[in-house]
Amino acid sequence: MVDISTNTGGIHSPNPFWLASAPPSNTGDQVQRAFDAGWGGAVWKTLGTPIVNVSSRYGAIHHFDRRIIGLNNIELITDRPLEVNFKEIYETKKKYPKHAVIASLMVETKEEWQDIIKRSIDAGADGLELNFGCPHGMCERGMGSAVGQEPAVNEEITSWAKEYSTVPVLVKLTPNVGDIVPHGLASQRGGADGVSLINTIKSIISVDIDRMVPEPRVGDRATNGGYCGPAVRPIALHMCAALARDPRFQLPISGIGGVGTWRDAVEFFLLGASTVQVCTAVMHHGFRIVEDMIEGLETYMEDKGLATMPDLIGKAIPHYTAWGDLDLNYKVVAKIDEDSCIGCQKCYVACYDGSHQCIHLREGAVRLDPVTAAKLKARDHMGVDWEARIPFVDEQECVGCNLCQMVCPVPNCVTMVEVDKDESKPLLTYKDFQRQEAERKAARKG
Amino acid sequence: MASTLAGFDGPHPDLPADRAETKFDDGKPRYSRAQAMAEAARCLYCYDAPCIEACPTSINIPEFIRKIATDNVKGSARTIFDSNILGMSCARVCPVEVLCVGQCVYNHEDIPPVQIGRLQRYSTDTAYDKGWSLYEPGPDSGKTVALVGAGPASLACAHELRKEGHKTVLLEKRSLPGGLNTTGVAPYKMIADASLAEVAWIVDSMGVEVQTGVEVGKDVSWEKLLADHDAVFVGVGLGPDSSLGVPGEDLGGVFGGVEIIERWKNGGDPATSGVTHAAVVGGGNTALDVVRELLVLGIPCVTMIYRRNEASMTGYEHEWDYAKKGGAGASWHSQPVAYVGEGGKVTGVECHAMEIDPDDPKGRKLRRKGDHSFVVPAELVVVAAGQGKLSGLLEGMPGVDLDWGRIVVDDDGRTSNPKIFAGGDVANGGKEVVNAAAEGKRAAQAIHAALSQ
Repeated sequence: MVDISTNTGGIHSPNPFWLASAPPSNTGDQVQRAFDAGWGGAVWKTLGTPIVNVSSRYGAIHHFDRRIIGLNNIELITDRPLEVNFKEIYETKKKYPKHAVIASLMVETKEEWQDIIKRSIDAGADGLELNFGCPHGMCERGMGSAVGQEPAVNEEITSWAKEYSTVPVLVKLTPNVGDIVPHGLASQRGGADGVSLINTIKSIISVDIDRMVPEPRVGDRATNGGYCGPAVRPIALHMCAALARDPRFQLPISGIGGVGTWRDAVEFFLLGASTVQVCTAVMHHGFRIVEDMIEGLETYMEDKGLATMPDLIGKAIPHYTAWGDLDLNYKVVAKIDEDSCIGCQKCYVACYDGSHQCIHLREGAVRLDPVTAAKLKARDHMGVDWEARIPFVDEQECVGCNLCQMVCPVPNCVTMVEVDKDESKPLLTYKDFQRQEAERKAARKG
Repeated sequence: MASTLAGFDGPHPDLPADRAETKFDDGKPRYSRAQAMAEAARCLYCYDAPCIEACPTSINIPEFIRKIATDNVKGSARTIFDSNILGMSCARVCPVEVLCVGQCVYNHEDIPPVQIGRLQRYSTDTAYDKGWSLYEPGPDSGKTVALVGAGPASLACAHELRKEGHKTVLLEKRSLPGGLNTTGVAPYKMIADASLAEVAWIVDSMGVEVQTGVEVGKDVSWEKLLADHDAVFVGVGLGPDSSLGVPGEDLGGVFGGVEIIERWKNGGDPATSGVTHAAVVGGGNTALDVVRELLVLGIPCVTMIYRRNEASMTGYEHEWDYAKKGGAGASWHSQPVAYVGEGGKVTGVECHAMEIDPDDPKGRKLRRKGDHSFVVPAELVVVAAGQGKLSGLLEGMPGVDLDWGRIVVDDDGRTSNPKIFAGGDVANGGKEVVNAAAEGKRAAQAIHAALSQ
């Protein structure tokens, strides 16, 4: 049996799957139903001075028939009275003492921070998450990402929170910065017990091309919102890893950004996150997705012989290097499995038009001009020579870019195979290469 | 039911509302937008796709499907019609299972192939619904072309010729244009209203003159046609049903396949009243259509009589599968030798049992098995054993070589008379609508080249 219970900066939960601070964690009823479904923790929808929301609020990117690969919102923090939220946090904690309930907070003045922190802890919150990330609405009022983008302000407010809090404090960081590391370090200097990242990305999700108004539309106006969902995961993974691999940064990380499956979560854990937070996938499919997330993670850990979360966390970090540390002598080439190839020739056109022109068609599969083709077809040439449709790779020319493998619709039909190592060519990084070049240059001069 | 088949402007005024084909359900109804989007998204957008190769008119199928997926339906329809102006009827009547869909790469993975015909119907029906006008005639060339027969080959040919600005006159001997699309397509694929809508869509937008009830060789001579026009295209199709030439053919209740389908489609006594047993003679696609249609028309017992076995049928396997699912029976290795009847009406078909002659080196030749004969009971017998040739009509054409009643043409529809071109069944001996559309279009290009010299 594997143990997937976690500790993120002193906040314990039975599993590493938390609801992110967002619409799914808006009410006690939702959070309690999520815990019943299996979620290990929930970061409550951000509390602060009550606001008024607009209608409509969400927009999405769909990819043909696949819905919501990216989601954007212009919703603000909670629009329900604080006392109602605190009452529900209290009731939830009483009913689910082992689950993690984290209060997400966003206010302006030091006095307001002191007051809201005290009330959150009184209600039973296991931890606090300072919302320094929201990139729409609240930042126009000097909060959210306006704080997260200024390391000095981030550090100062974090230190206020630490001054007043008796429970662990996480800082939720914004991705709307050039480099995440200074911001993580600022939170660390302010005394944070951990960071959560990423918050949403400043975005315009789409434009209504009939009305000529961006979306989501509020009457005949619209504003930029916060972007999240599967499509942002690569950005989130990079920011998570950038902090995890920096030797100066010592805090635990709660990973956020496009997690919808156990596999997505494992990727975050391998890059240094100790918990993951989920919003879009729940908004899309409901709380029930957590069953597969837990089961998938446990099965994966069993298969890999990993007993506890610390055995997993950060395991990919040593393999994440600068480009200059990659081996220039490592080489893979594409292999096409002729038995499973279905002859769609997507690899051919992708390589020919979009990459390095190393995949070729056989004789007999040459594209004809439409007039000639029409003539041939009219002569009852309806049979297709399938053998001739299978493309082949010029391995001498193949640069090993992976594109053909990615476009191939048949699993494992195209594989990238390592070319036999030339023993005379040891590992050579670009940094080595530059050094050797400099030496050669110096030798020539000498 | 019928309204979804008719689609565009509702039932056609020249077609009786109570005719038999209105009782049929649409076999492959039009996709909703949601269905079309879901199916279009499945297309892999293959490079140099094999489905294009399988289409006689070379429609750029992946491109039109991608345009559905991006909600560019007008562009999608244009992609289809650019290659095949009869794209609306072909979407309904093409045997896609053995053409484009049969070549979809998904077949190699045992994944259901993309439903290309239904997607094509979505785009082309939408074009008709919205009344999109996608083409216009070219500037007047001063040349004129007569087209004999108003079926798919002539329509495709006339459309191309009008694009080049040549005047076109369609001469149709029947009262309704459209050829077999109007008179012969199985109603669960397309009813005559849709065919007439297609004719109107083409001839109205392109300014094609249509004269119905005009029989060349009788009402107007070939010589006059050749004198009045710069070129003549012949797309007259095939002749009437072949008969078996066995005793009892004059009994009531014996019909030819094309003859009875035309009654069901265009009006007239469906000849099914009181019939409990029907027999269909033949193993081709017309025979299979009649079998399926009789079952839909409520005949409880329908038997196909074929002189060979199931594996030797020339009809499409998928069509026979549908017929079997509908409850059709078959009498294999059965050679009709006489109709039997009572009081002037047919009651059955007397057959000899047949077998492959073991002495035939090719294993094709049939011989009678023993001296046994039997009667397949039937109050309605439909003979679908092919169509005869229009030899009399064709022999009147000056200087045109014929081969067993077919007009001999080259790849571009040229006959041995430089002013006469031909396409469709009259030249190919009987193929699909899509072949006729391809041949008509190609002949138009050859005619245009000849007229431009």
